[in-house]
Amino acid sequence: MAKIRIENLSFWYDKLQALKKISFQVTEHKILSVIGPANSGKTTFLRVLNRLYELRDNILIEGKVWLDGEDIFKLDVQVLRRRVGIVFALPVPLPMSIFDNVAYGPRLHGIRAKSKLGEIVEKALQAAALWDEVKDRLNTSAYKLSGGQQQRLCIARTLAVEPEVILYDEPCSGLDPISTLKVEEAMQQLKKDYTQILVTNNVKQAARVSDETAFFLMGELVEIGETRQLFTSPRDKRTEDYITGRFG
Amino acid sequence: MRDTRRAEKIAFTGLLLATILVVLPVALILFLIVIRGIPALNFEFLFGMPREGMRAGGIFPAIVGTIYLVLGTAIFSIPLGILAAVYLNEYAKKNWLTRLVELAILNLAGVPSIVYGLFGLGLFVTFLGFGASLLAGSLTLAIMTLPVIITSTREALMAVPRSFREVSFSLGASRWQTVRYVVLPNAIPGIITGTILGLSRAAGETAPILFTVAAFYLPRLPQSIFDQAMALPYHIYVLSTQVPNVNPRIQYGTILVLVSMIFILNFVASFIRTRFRKKKVW
Repeated sequence: MAKIRIENLSFWYDKLQALKKISFQVTEHKILSVIGPANSGKTTFLRVLNRLYELRDNILIEGKVWLDGEDIFKLDVQVLRRRVGIVFALPVPLPMSIFDNVAYGPRLHGIRAKSKLGEIVEKALQAAALWDEVKDRLNTSAYKLSGGQQQRLCIARTLAVEPEVILYDEPCSGLDPISTLKVEEAMQQLKKDYTQILVTNNVKQAARVSDETAFFLMGELVEIGETRQLFTSPRDKRTEDYITGRFG
Repeated sequence: MRDTRRAEKIAFTGLLLATILVVLPVALILFLIVIRGIPALNFEFLFGMPREGMRAGGIFPAIVGTIYLVLGTAIFSIPLGILAAVYLNEYAKKNWLTRLVELAILNLAGVPSIVYGLFGLGLFVTFLGFGASLLAGSLTLAIMTLPVIITSTREALMAVPRSFREVSFSLGASRWQTVRYVVLPNAIPGIITGTILGLSRAAGETAPILFTVAAFYLPRLPQSIFDQAMALPYHIYVLSTQVPNVNPRIQYGTILVLVSMIFILNFVASFIRTRFRKKKVW
């Protein structure tokens, strides 16, 4: 079933076109990875899905995006962002304790009871495969964690608002291989409950974790398909060149 | 090799000399004030009323007047300044109008203080009919302090990483929630520091209070915000130029009191700054 449907999506920063008439669907409870060289519009695409692009001035957007059949540009933006969470490239813990980081989202949405918050925080940290490492020091600063732990904390923070879709913007770009593996494992665990979109520069990572893969180039969607099919028999010459490492 | 070493020596000497030239006058001034002012300090001087046409007695009304003026300035300028800075930095779209406002604020910070004084005289004293009063003086000083507070608050807000705001928004926070829970808590030390520095400047200003509040000689404390009041900077001016045969000890003592008050404010500001800088984690 299609969780997200994108129709003729175009996007401009000032006069620079970052996305060119992109159309495809994202299937529910699957991991879709978006690959492509730098400046191909991958991050812009993610920022459209939860309307984070609105924080910038001088942008223009055309086309439609449907989330469960609802037009995301007509949804209340705060509601949309609760339903579509994002994990950024570099882990950005807020300058507060581990507990408060995860509880930040639920608190925004009016949950005050300590017991309820504790429950949510534990569940989110467990889902992000971090609970065992931090359960004894929830009140220490989030900056005391290692880079990989910080990124899983950010995932937990995103999970704590119970989104339906999780976007990852190159979540492992600053992490060592073992931390990367842990993040990828967490993503596999989350599959049954969430639709996930992974933007990555790492072609191998896309091949490892995703069910479907989309290849972006210069703001265009070159090809999308089942990950195994796209990596073994790409239909487009440019996709083949990219995944075999001939450019990018 | 020898040449570069010599060049370095010359450069260092030059830099050291420049530093000494900057520090020396300040040190000398402070030294003189302290040495000549301390003998004047006693209970009667600090807490007594002036007597014999200000040639004897204390400066209590001027101390109280300055404290009232700083408090009044704080009441009017801090909320307004911080709110304006939050609006400009967190809410306003970047367009020609906001740029114009920013430019205006920067320029206001450079307007000579006598101009503020005359503006206060025209608007608050005459047009709004407050008369020469604590209210008019505080408002005038507040207007003079606003650009300083707005500018330093904006700098403190800008120092909070953009990524923190993005995280907050991405979790479904409204703009106000983001400002309230992420931006302000991390900007508060910078805001407090800048605000105190602005207030300490206001405490020492003479020109803005000249026509709006300062009383030449008023040997009692102000009873309401519509009363005139004595103030330390103006009192120093009066003692030095308007009253013949004043014992220099009283002049230096008064200056020492004003400088000490400003010093304390600045010390508090830098204490807060270093205290929070140590705690800062990002």
